[in-house]
Amino acid sequence: MLGLERRDLTILIAVAVITLFAPIILNPFPTGSALAQFNAGYPDLMQRFVIFGIFAIGFNILFGLTGYLSFGHAAFLGIGSYSAVWMFKLLSMNVIPAILLSIVMAGLFALVIGFVSLRRSGIYFSILTLAFAQMSYNLAYSVLTPVTNGETGLQITLSDPRILDGESSGLPVTSLFGAEMRDTTTLFVGPWSWDFSVGYYFCAALMLVAFYISVRIFRSPFGMMLRAVKSNQQRMNYTGLNSRPYTLAAFVISGMYAGLAGGLLAAMDPLAGADRMQWTASGEVVLMTILGGAGTLIGPVLGAGFIKYFENIFSKINDGILHQWFAFMPDGLENFVVAVIHPFIGKGWHLTLGIMFMLVVIFLPGGLVEGASRVGRVFRRRDRKADHVESDAARQRAAAE
Amino acid sequence: MGILEVKGVNKRFGGLQALGDVNLSVKQNTVHAIIGPNGAGKSTLLNCLVGKLMPDSGSVMFDGQSVLGRKPHEINQMGISRVFQTPEIFADLSVLENVMIPCFARRDGAFRLHAYETVGSERDIRGQAEHMLEDVNMADKRHMHAGSLSRGDKRRLEMAMCLVQEPKLLLLDEPTAGMARADTNNTIDLLKEIKAKRDITMCIIEHDMHVVFSLAERITVLAQGTPLVEETPENIKGHPKVREAYLGEAQV
Repeated sequence: MLGLERRDLTILIAVAVITLFAPIILNPFPTGSALAQFNAGYPDLMQRFVIFGIFAIGFNILFGLTGYLSFGHAAFLGIGSYSAVWMFKLLSMNVIPAILLSIVMAGLFALVIGFVSLRRSGIYFSILTLAFAQMSYNLAYSVLTPVTNGETGLQITLSDPRILDGESSGLPVTSLFGAEMRDTTTLFVGPWSWDFSVGYYFCAALMLVAFYISVRIFRSPFGMMLRAVKSNQQRMNYTGLNSRPYTLAAFVISGMYAGLAGGLLAAMDPLAGADRMQWTASGEVVLMTILGGAGTLIGPVLGAGFIKYFENIFSKINDGILHQWFAFMPDGLENFVVAVIHPFIGKGWHLTLGIMFMLVVIFLPGGLVEGASRVGRVFRRRDRKADHVESDAARQRAAAE
Repeated sequence: MGILEVKGVNKRFGGLQALGDVNLSVKQNTVHAIIGPNGAGKSTLLNCLVGKLMPDSGSVMFDGQSVLGRKPHEINQMGISRVFQTPEIFADLSVLENVMIPCFARRDGAFRLHAYETVGSERDIRGQAEHMLEDVNMADKRHMHAGSLSRGDKRRLEMAMCLVQEPKLLLLDEPTAGMARADTNNTIDLLKEIKAKRDITMCIIEHDMHVVFSLAERITVLAQGTPLVEETPENIKGHPKVREAYLGEAQV
C-alpha cells in the first residue's frame, strides 16, 4: 500500500497513531500532581517535537544516506522563517502560501550553497557549509536589516499591507483558511487534561507527509544511489554515475525540509530572528540525527523529540523542586544530594544532554534505534531460550514415559 | 584499427617522464596484456585511459571517439569498465544491490532523479542483476553484506559489476595482486570463462607472468614509460629486450 513494503507501512502507521494521540500519550500524569512537570503534552512543546522532527528527517536524507555532514542547515531553517513572516506581512495570514514560499526559498539557497560546498567532501564540506551558515547569520543580524529587521527580529505589525486579508482590528493571527493555529480545545477526563491544538495537528500532518516522502526516498533507486555515494564514490564514478548531481539533489531536498520546518516555526509564532540561523542550531540537528540513529528511518524523529523534551523539561527543574523530592531525607543529606544533582538540571541541562550524547555515541553508535533493536533482540533470545527449555522438558517427559 | 588507439601519449610528473611517446593499439575481442617492471608507467597509462589523469600530449581514441578531457563516469558510459587493484565495491550495500547499481547506470545514464519508484518495483533490473550473479556463481550470496565477503568473492563481485554493464572494453589493473596461488588460478579461470561466454576486449596490467601467459593474446612490454615491444606471448618469452628490461643488464 502507498508503494511501501509491509515493514515500512507498519512504521508509518505507528508514527501516525502516535502523533495522532500524542496530546494524550505525552500527558500521562494528572494535572496538579507532583509529576505533572514531566508532562510534555502542551501545544507549544508538541509543535516543537514535530517541527524539529521534520528538520531532522530532512537532515537525515543528506547525512544519513550520503554521509555528507552539513554544519550549516540552520541557515535554511532561518531562511524558511523569514520567508514565511514576509508572506504574513505582505500577502495573507494564511499559512499555506507562507510555507510554500519557505520551501521554495530554502530550496533555492540550498541549490547555491550546495553547488559550491559539494565541490569538496569530508571535513572541508562541513567547514564550507558552516561558513555559509555563519555568513547568513551575520547578514541577517546586521547587513540585511531592511529585510530581516536585524537583532529585533522580523515581526508582523498592524501597518503591514496583507493584500488578501483586508482590514483587521488588532494584530491578526496565523490561520489555515480561518482555522486559527493557536486554537486549542482542552479535554478534561477525571484529573487529567489534554490539549488538542490546531497548530499541532497541522504540523503533525505535514510531518507525516515529510516522513512518508523520506521513506519513499530511502527505498527508491535514488536512495540506493545516495547510499552508494556514502559507501564508495570512486566505484560510483567508475560505474558511469555522476555523484555530484546526486549529492546536490540530496542537499536541496534536505534544505527544503529545513525550510518547511522554519516556515512552520513562523506559522506557529509569526516572528523570525537571526539566532535561528546560528551554528548552535545547526549543531543541534546533527545531535538529534546522531542521537536517534543516522541513516535510520525513525531515528531522527526520536532524536528530535528526545532533545526537545530535555531542553524544555529538564531545564524547568530547579532546586526548589529537588528539595521537595528529597524532603524525606535528613537535612544534611538532602542538601548534599541536591548540591550533587544541581549542575545537571535547570540551566545545566546541556551537561546532562552532553553526557547522554557521549554514552550513546560510545556504546550505541547506531543511536537510540540501535538501542531499541538490541533490547528487542535480548527479549527474542530469551523467548527462544524459554522455548528450548520447555521443549527439552517435554522431550524428557516423553522419554520417561 | 583497434578499438583502443593510443598515439604519442606523454605524461610528466615534475622532472619525471612517466610516459614517453606511448603508442598502443588494442584489437577488438582480444586479451591484451601490458607488462613491465615497477615504475614502467603501467598505472599512469591506465589512469590516462579512464580519465583520472590527463596526458600532456597525444591522443587516446576509443571506438572512434577521443576520451581525453572526459570525466571517469563519461568514459564508463562510452563502454569502458575498470577493475581495480584492490576490489572497489559498495561495502555497505548488499551483494545484489552492488550489481543493481551498474544496471541502473546503464539504463538511466549518469544521473536520474528516480525517487518516485521503489527498488522493489524494478523487476527488470533485479532480474538482470540476479542473472549476472548466477553467471559468476554468487547467487547464494546475494543478500550478504558486500563488505563481509572474502577477498576472492569481492574480486568476483567487482567483475560482475563491470560485466553486467556489457562493456566494450574491460580494463583490469593487476587483478591478482596480493592473491594466493589458488585465488590467482581461480581468477584466471573466471576471466577465461568470461572471455569464452561473450565478445569482450580486455586490457590487463599485470606483474604475474603466469597470469599474463595464460590469458593474453597480445603483450606490450613497457619500460621507463616507453613501449619496448608488442608481440604474441610465444615471441615475448625469449625476447632479448624484455630480458634486459626485467633483469637490468643484458647478459653477455
